Order: sequence, then structure tokens, then C-alpha cells
Amino acid sequence: MTIENVSRRGFLRGALAGGVFVLSARILPDTVWAAEGEAAAAPLDPYLWMSIASDGTVTIVAHRSEMGCGSRTALPLVVADELDADWSKVKIDQATGDPKYGDQDTDGSHSVRSFFDQMRIVGATGRAMLISAAAAQWGVPAKDCTTEPHVVVHKSSGRKLGYGELAAAAAKLAVPKKEDVALKSRSEWRYIGKDSNELFDLADIVTGKAIFGMDATMPGMVYASIEHPPVLGQKIKSVDDKAALKVKGVKQTLTIPTVEPPHLFKPLGGVAVIADNTWAAFQGRRALQIEWGSSPHSVYNSAEYRKTLEATSRQPGKVVRNIGDVDAEFKKGGKILEAEYYTPHLAHAAMEPNVAVAEFRDGKVLAWAPTQNPQAVQDTVAGVLGIKKEDVTCHVPLLGGGFGRKSKPDQVAEAAVLSKQLGKPVKVVWTREDDIRCDYFHSVAAMYMKAAIGADGKPTAWLQRTVYPPIGSTFNAETKYADDEMSLGWNNVPFDIPNHRAENGPADYHVRIGWLRSVANIYHAFAVQSFADELAKAANKDSVQYLLDLIGPARIIDLGQTGDDAEEAKTYPLDTARLRHVIEVVAERSGWGKRTMGKGHGMGIAAHRSFLTYVATVVEVEVDAKGQVHIPNVWTAVDAGTVVAPDNVRNQFEGAAVFGTSLALFSEITATNGKINQGNFNDYHLARMNTAPRHVDVQIVASDAPPAGVGEPGAPPIAPALCNAIFAATGKRIRELPVSKTKLV
Amino acid sequence: MIRLKVNGKDRTFDGDPEMPLLWYLRDTLGLTGTKFGCGMALCGACTVHQNGEAIRSCTTSMKDVSGTEITTIEGIAPVHPVQKAWMEIKVPQCGYCQTGQIMQAISLLKDNKNPSDQDIDTVMAGNLCRCGTYQRIRAAIHQAAKETA
Repeated sequence: MTIENVSRRGFLRGALAGGVFVLSARILPDTVWAAEGEAAAAPLDPYLWMSIASDGTVTIVAHRSEMGCGSRTALPLVVADELDADWSKVKIDQATGDPKYGDQDTDGSHSVRSFFDQMRIVGATGRAMLISAAAAQWGVPAKDCTTEPHVVVHKSSGRKLGYGELAAAAAKLAVPKKEDVALKSRSEWRYIGKDSNELFDLADIVTGKAIFGMDATMPGMVYASIEHPPVLGQKIKSVDDKAALKVKGVKQTLTIPTVEPPHLFKPLGGVAVIADNTWAAFQGRRALQIEWGSSPHSVYNSAEYRKTLEATSRQPGKVVRNIGDVDAEFKKGGKILEAEYYTPHLAHAAMEPNVAVAEFRDGKVLAWAPTQNPQAVQDTVAGVLGIKKEDVTCHVPLLGGGFGRKSKPDQVAEAAVLSKQLGKPVKVVWTREDDIRCDYFHSVAAMYMKAAIGADGKPTAWLQRTVYPPIGSTFNAETKYADDEMSLGWNNVPFDIPNHRAENGPADYHVRIGWLRSVANIYHAFAVQSFADELAKAANKDSVQYLLDLIGPARIIDLGQTGDDAEEAKTYPLDTARLRHVIEVVAERSGWGKRTMGKGHGMGIAAHRSFLTYVATVVEVEVDAKGQVHIPNVWTAVDAGTVVAPDNVRNQFEGAAVFGTSLALFSEITATNGKINQGNFNDYHLARMNTAPRHVDVQIVASDAPPAGVGEPGAPPIAPALCNAIFAATGKRIRELPVSKTKLV
Repeated sequence: MIRLKVNGKDRTFDGDPEMPLLWYLRDTLGLTGTKFGCGMALCGACTVHQNGEAIRSCTTSMKDVSGTEITTIEGIAPVHPVQKAWMEIKVPQCGYCQTGQIMQAISLLKDNKNPSDQDIDTVMAGNLCRCGTYQRIRAAIHQAAKETA
């Protein structure tokens, strides 16, 4: 990382000129702390991490998207803490998409994890320079000075100078060497780890002033609604738009060519109705008569496809992890348990449907889009229009939820393509039906599990096989194995079993597949943690104790990773002590084994590490006389390492319990002859206030370990813990999601 | 010509009388605090008040609001106890559904000064939150009820 005092360059103009202290940090491609001379020799990089104006206003750039996980607040908060800024004097500038910011793809639960150290250094460097400026003014050694929020203090005399007063002087200083910059000790943090933190945009959100992607406008824009191919890959045979053009407010229709694989983030294709308001565009679209051609994906029928997946899951697959010899152990005979699990496609269904506004002008594109990845907007729009990605500017308003869908900016490319044809800005608004039917779906999956049980009830051999159309198929149509996804809860199951093999079988895609909050961890945790409970019950053992025994003694598990994964494993080793600890904490919090359960009541546990965070969850269910499942309580214990904003972390895990409940109890996407059967919240069901867990208790384990993921890891344990609780309550084993497909009484 | 009041201001509308109020508020008046979520009154993101009662603006046509008084989140002034409770309990995650939740909650508390958990669940079940902030919404409504009691 290179930090530079940009204010010395003399290129700042207007509001930023004069008396403003600006520190710029380049995270990529520089990986070393450059001396001032080297930084000056590097190409001009106007990326501003933070600036201090003469009135004391601190502006910090947020380069990650805000979809509700809090990174737009958390990372600037880290800068502010090390700067010792007064948070009430901090403003946040949202970055546009640009590779110069390093990674902006706000997914994989890694915003804080990947940028925590850099943000600390940027803030601490600023603080050191402000101290230097004050010390020079007073003619005292810098070491005799300290800071209070937004002021430098001379310790012995008590003299004070505000950050605003020091901005002009600090702007003239050289950036100190890394070794001359002191980071705060943990006990000195004012904001990091404190409950008082709140979302930067909180007041704007509750008053309706916050601008989401859906709210973005451009002068002179028109509105577009697009009838996409009902089946992936269908081409337009004919269009009759006469009735559509008669709708008041409709201006014209345009076609977008049907996408060819690999689908990437390219527009799906279809017929766009252009109108002077959203409603007219929707109405015009309903009046379109379109004849669609054939598609190889018209064969896609979920019931039959399931049989194919399950048949594959019963055949040997590609080995992705092997310990000992499961086959030899199975041949010995003795007690064998087998189980098959199935989970359907899911749609993301963020509350804000897909939307974007874009203008193509003079060979360049300006877009406002609720995207998790503005750089993907640059790449995709540039690729589709045949322009340079530097000529695509993407502003990022707030996202009305993302959950992985909004890493894929196909709708931004639609807006750009239409704008180029129309010569004016276009706002593409997807209906809820578009949003559900034209998703990059969470994969349907079949898992086959087999274990040989020893005399003590513990498995002597464990085979796990997973089969599902991989995300890779979106990027290469030939991809049938989920190689890159095996680390999502499959090749790293931390059990102490002498013979343990994990496999992956091939599957063909028929819809676009994409990542959804916690991704393959969802079905992998469902299979592994359900099967673990089945074994516990078969051995007549307590489920918590059995899970601890399966995990075995506290140790670091070497997964034999290579490359970047091996590097990551150095900082974030798979530590069973931490996994055991969250299980013990959640058992204690939930009163596991100590509470008397009435008829139809039961508790279940699951534990899963994902995105480097250790999570254990206990769910309590009540299954009533009608077979309805109620969830009075969920307890979750989390070890996410160092936590920046604990209350937000609790909120994330409370929300993950609801997200997990939706997919466990209600949600399912199916296809008939290639068409998606669901379209809105009347057939794609989500947990509501009266069906969600009534109370979610989140216990954050105190830790000085490096920060780990927060947005996603809460979701995977919910479905297995819930289904294990249903078994405890009713004796019915759920092996297929959603639970609503199984009659419980 | 349809006449109505929006946040205390007289307005006239001569477009398609079947157009839902939602799109008039958002596209014509630029009142974007009212959100589009489903278009079928299934999610509650578009909740506004008509003569003080919560309605779904995505399925309420302009002809049905003729001669009535509409209040949107922008017309809730300034910092209602419900909004205050929302901030104190730090309810929002992404925030997209929250204006609809708040409009529904204000309406609930107008009709029921001291709602039970079940009262809240029944009324608020029409408002989806994909981030899953229901527990905090319930707590915030209780807190606002205490404040206004």
C-alpha cells in the first residue's frame, strides 16, 4: 500500500484547493510502503481516502457498496478511529467503480476482513501528520503531543489545536515512514468494537431521504421495461407491438439480442418498451405479442432434473478431499447409515428489484446502479458496447439489498445498450416477476451421505457427495464440476474421522447460476449438519456432545491448501478450538439439555464455519397440531475475530436467522419446460414477521483474532439446526427443503 | 382531472386514472421515499397513508385517491416517535423496506396505542424485510408506543 499526501501536488482545485489536507492511499497494485520520492514518481492517482478541510470536516471515501451489511460505515469508522476524528464531523464519499481502488466487489463477506489493516494505517498516518504539524507550530517534540477527538494536545502545557486548524500545515508535510506511524492499541479505540456505532445513513433511511438505486434519475431520461425470454436462450421469432404503442406514455419498442453462452453478466435479450414513466412502460409491455423460438433449456423440468441429480449423487464423483480409505471401511460391514438431501433453487429477492439508469453519450457511459461491483459494471458495459472500460463511470447509490444478485450487473448493460440506441438516458426498471424469473439462481443441489458407525457410535468412515450445477457454468458453459466452490463447506468439514472422503459429481445448467448469501455453504451445511444429527440420534447420543466428539480435540486442521488459500490459512487457520467454543457458548446460552420441552417442542443444533467465521446455532421449534412450524427462539454464537461494529454484527446474524428460516421453511424456485414457475411473493414465499423466529439471541465471542466475515456466515447453520429441532419435536427427519413440502402431522 | 392532497399540498393529475399512486408519487412528484417492491400489495414497501390509514400505493389507482389526502414518509414531520425508536434501536440494514414499515407502524399505533406482540405481528406481517429486521421492528414499535403513551 502506498500513502501519499496528495495536497502537496497542487492539482486540487475549487473546494478542495487551499487549506485542505488530503491523504491518498493506493492499495493496488502497490503492495509496499513507498517513500515519498517513489510515490511522487508514480502516476497521479487522485483517489482520496480521506481529507480534512479547514473547518475540520473529515471526508472519507467508501469504496465498497452498501447493501445493508454496514461496510460503508465500518471501514470509514476504522479510519476515523485511528485518525482520532470526531465521527460527527465525518462525511462519507461513495467511490465510483475504478480498478485503482483495488477490489470493490462487495461480496464474500470480506470488506472489513480485507481492508481493516489498510484503513487503520491510513487513519494513523493522518493522525501522525496532524501531530507533527501541531508540534512544529508549538516548537515541541511530536512525542510530547497526543490527540483527543479532532484536536492535537500538547501533553504538558495542555495547548490544543483543532484538526481543521492544522489541515493547511499538515498538507505541506511529507508522509511519514510506516515505522514512524503508531497504531492505537486496542484499548485506545474509541469506535472499533463499540456498541454506540450506528449506520452512517440511518437518519436518511428512516426519513425517506436516502437514495437507493431505484431512486436514481438523470435529466431527460426515459423508462424501460423489458420482456425477457421466458426460457433462457430463446430468441425472438416475431414481435407485434401495435397494442403496446397505443398505451398512453409509450414511445417506442426496441429489441435486445438474446444472450449467447457463456452468459456472464450480459443482457438476457428481449423486447424493451420505452415510455415516459415506469407504469406506462409496464403497461405497454403487457400489451406486447411476442413469439419466441426454441431453446435447449426448454427441457428443464425440476422434478425430472432432481432425479438426474440424485442418480449422479449415487455414483462415484470427483474426489475433492480424502483421508484414509472409506471404501475399505465400508467393506468391513457393520452398521452403515445412508441419507440423501435435496435443496431447490432459490431467488435472491432483494426488496429492491433490479434497476439501473445509464446514459451513453460521445462514446462514454455514465451509470447510476445499485451494484455490489461497480468494476463489473465497467467491464460488462464496455464489453457489450465495445468501448473502453475507462469510459464507463458507475456511481453507486445505496442498494436495497443485494445478497449476491447485485454483483451481476446485467440490467446496467441493458440500460446502456438502450441508451445508445435512443440517444438519451434510460432507466431500466425490473418488475418483481423479472427479478425472480431472471435471477442468477442459487443452485439446486443433491447430496448423498454414507457413514460406517463404530462401537462407540462415532463414524469410522464418512463419505459425502454433492452434485449441483456450478456457478462456473455462468462463466463457461462447459463447466459441470463445482471445483472453486468446494471450500464452501465441502472439502473442509472439520471432523475427526479416520476415513473421510468428499466428492463432487457433474451437473448441467439450465438457468443462470449465481452466488446467493453464503452460497454452497447453505446446502453443504444442511447435509453435513443434518447427517451429523442423524448419526447422533442413531447412536442415542446427545446432539451437542456428539457434534463436539465429531469435531474432536482442539487443533489446527491442515487442509493442504496452496497459493492464495495457503496464505489465507496462515492468517486464518481452521481452528477446531474456536468451533468447539461457539458450540459450548450456544449450548450454554440456549439452556441446551436443561430445559423441559413440551409436546411438539424441540431444539436442534448446527455449527458451521464459513467466510472464516465460526458459528453455532440452536433453534427451538414448536410444531403445532396443524403441523405449522413456529420458532420461538434462535440462539447464535459467533466468533468473527475482531469486530468493528458489534450491534451491526448482531443485526446481521438476527437477519441471517430470518434469511435461513425463509429458505428452510418456505422458498423454492422450480422450472417447467424451462420457464420459472414463481414470480412474486405470493408464490415465492419468504419469512414474515409472524413466521420468522420470534427472538434471536446473538452472542459475539470476544476475540483479538483478525476480522472475519459477518454478512453471510449466519445463514448456513439455520436450516440444519431448524430441521434437527423438528426431528427432536416430531421424530420426522427432514431431508428436503423447504420444510413446507413435508407434512409434519 | 383528479384532485388530491399530497403531504398537505394540493395536486392535480390528468394522466391515466388507472396508474397506481406509487408511480405518480415516484415518477411525477419525485417523492422516492415510497418504494416499489412487488406491484401486488404483497410486500408493503410502498405503504403510504390515505386520510391517515395505511394503504399500498402500488395497487391503489389514481382514481381511487381522488379527493383524498395522501401522506408519504416525506410528509411525516419532523422525526416522529416511530422514526426516533427506529434510530435508537438501529433497526435498518439495507433500509429499502423501512419507510414502508414505518408508515405501517405509525398507522398501527394510531389505531392501537399499546399493541401486544401478536397485534404487531398481525398488522406488520404484510411488510416484508428481506434483511430480516423483524425483531428490531417489533421492539421499535413497542418503544414508540411507550413514548407516545
